Amino acid sequence: MTEKLHLDHAHLRDLLTAMLRIRRFEEKCFELYQSEKIRGYLHLYDGEEAVSVGVIRTLRPDDAIVATYREHGQALARGIGMNVLMAELYGKQEGCCRGRGGSMHIFDRTKRFYGGNAIVGGGLPLAVGVALGDKMQGRTSITACFFGEGAVDEGSFHESMNLASLWRLPVLFVCENNLYSMGMALERAEAEPDITRKAAGYRVTAEAVDGMDVVAVEVAAQRAVSAVRETSRPYLLECRTYRFRAHSMFDAQLYRTKQEIETWRKRDPIDRLRSWLEQSGLMHAEEINKIEAEIAAEIDAAVAFAEAGTWEPVEELERFVTMDRVPQ
Amino acid sequence: MNSAATPPKPQRMTYREACKQAIRAAILADPRVFLMGEDVARYGGSYAVTKGLAEELGEEKIRDTPLSEAAYVGAGIGAAIAGMRPIVEIMTVNFSLLALDQIVNNAATIPHMSGGQLAVPLVIRMATGAGRQLAAQHSHSLEGWYAHIPGLKVLAPATIEDARYMLQPALEDPNPVLIFEHIMLYNREDELDPTITGVDIVSAKIRRPGHDVTLLTYGGMLFKTLDAAEALHQEGIEAEVIDLRVLRPLDMATVLGSVARTRRVVIVDEGWKSGSLSAELTARIVEGAFFELDAPIRRVCSREVPIPYAAHLEQAALPQVPAIVAAARELVKGR
Ligand SMILES: Cc1ncc(C[n+]2csc(CCOP(=O)(O)OP(=O)(O)O)c2C)c(N)n1
Repeated sequence: MTEKLHLDHAHLRDLLTAMLRIRRFEEKCFELYQSEKIRGYLHLYDGEEAVSVGVIRTLRPDDAIVATYREHGQALARGIGMNVLMAELYGKQEGCCRGRGGSMHIFDRTKRFYGGNAIVGGGLPLAVGVALGDKMQGRTSITACFFGEGAVDEGSFHESMNLASLWRLPVLFVCENNLYSMGMALERAEAEPDITRKAAGYRVTAEAVDGMDVVAVEVAAQRAVSAVRETSRPYLLECRTYRFRAHSMFDAQLYRTKQEIETWRKRDPIDRLRSWLEQSGLMHAEEINKIEAEIAAEIDAAVAFAEAGTWEPVEELERFVTMDRVPQ
Repeated sequence: MNSAATPPKPQRMTYREACKQAIRAAILADPRVFLMGEDVARYGGSYAVTKGLAEELGEEKIRDTPLSEAAYVGAGIGAAIAGMRPIVEIMTVNFSLLALDQIVNNAATIPHMSGGQLAVPLVIRMATGAGRQLAAQHSHSLEGWYAHIPGLKVLAPATIEDARYMLQPALEDPNPVLIFEHIMLYNREDELDPTITGVDIVSAKIRRPGHDVTLLTYGGMLFKTLDAAEALHQEGIEAEVIDLRVLRPLDMATVLGSVARTRRVVIVDEGWKSGSLSAELTARIVEGAFFELDAPIRRVCSREVPIPYAAHLEQAALPQVPAIVAAARELVKGR
């Protein structure tokens, strides 16, 4: 198992760029929500970018991903195009799900990205099943399943951990522990708030990592992914992180203090990497500005793409309720 | 200040506020009553119904639960059996499916299975319905499913008055009572008549009298249906609007009485048609008043599709006023 990362310039640049793309994309989403271009529920990933970026780059293209309603980060990190993602948030038919799913339901079969699930805990059994299907067909791919610590409250977490372990299925369970499920603080919801300890009951290997440190996440994910692939057993990786913004667009945040948010902001994964890169002389402000400019241009293009997109004719409303065949 | 003779003034409030007042009054009136659910206390309720109540009544009475629908709904059933009068809040009907087992296999069956030894005096409140672009896992109208289950009572308050007063009789009822609050109603404002201090949970109500056609509806569809009735009135068609209020058991006497007068029926339901409450109503009207009917029964329901995100598709999926008007007009004028 390779534990070392080659932290060369290109690698670090990729990490920073990937996180910045998510951050800036979502800042635009926030604006677009204010101007009512995006509607429904919009859950931002602000502060948690290191998790999806660090984990997903350790996966292979034939691996599968299952995520939650807070999945823009995973979608972008997986390589789902910003254009089709933005068009989806607009509800346009050029969106990756033709505007039928919206922010909470991003799917991309070609990327093996199986949602976008808005039922807390709803994705875990699905991930177990994808891993089962892959294994039964002799594939060596694994399934990474992202979920918040709130999902640990649900029976589906426990049932899925057990089943994956019992049947020796290659599932990487990635718990994005941002300490709150909506307004519910972890220690008010769980009798045992140390999530890694839950895994022991299912004989699943577990590890916690600083989710605000993208390099640490990547190192841990690499270790976890290799273990899952080599042993065909599940693994629980708990990424300790924080969401800087409200749960969704309808949250007065009565349950936490401004100071708490400010304290966590000091650990912002992007600022941390950037200042380390600058201080160590690995990257100069100029280069970072250039990255920012490229991202800004990509976002502008995505907004233009979404704006120019079209509404699916209402005559097509009942399409895809049932399918004529299984898409290949 | 004023003399005692001055009649109390009607109070203007939102549906949300009416729900909140009902909960507060119930908890203050009976030490056995408490409310539990996800984010009801510190967060203030996902639809802000319980905002401020935990501060006022304490976190024993307004109890935050983990995201464990099966466990806390089941715990509500157990606490009811043990003598409490729980109000369980589920954020939205789609999440109640995680507790379906407890509701259907425990709450609805224990009185009967125990040969009448045990009752389950439990209230479960939840939001239902579409209209805010929340897509296919947050927007469905599954109250009709619950109305399928013997042992449950199912309420759908549409008016401010029902939002304010249905809870109390629901708590007094010895059976599990499910209350469905349509998400598009929470911000609706209306006046609460101060001379009314309670409502029943057995009868349907005529919300607008008419003699040409009966429009049968409930919950979030009531106001669209009333708008349709007004539009029909402009065309010279007098529609009678019935608010079912109680989806199980159905008050068929009121429904059939209206049908006997109008001889024509349009059922308006945000649920899907197949295997639905609207299908049940159709069957019962046909069974009970076939020879009174002058025209086939029409249904205006949601299209048979999981609710899509895009606004225009979502709206196209839902029953709308023009479709109600068209259905009623066709029955009355034969087009
Ligand atoms: C079964 C279910 N219950 C409740 C909800 C409402 N809800 C949506 S997100 C959320 C909080 C989940 O928190 P967590 O799993 O920690 O993920 P986070 O939002 O923090 O990323 C809740 C309660 C839901 N979507 N599904």
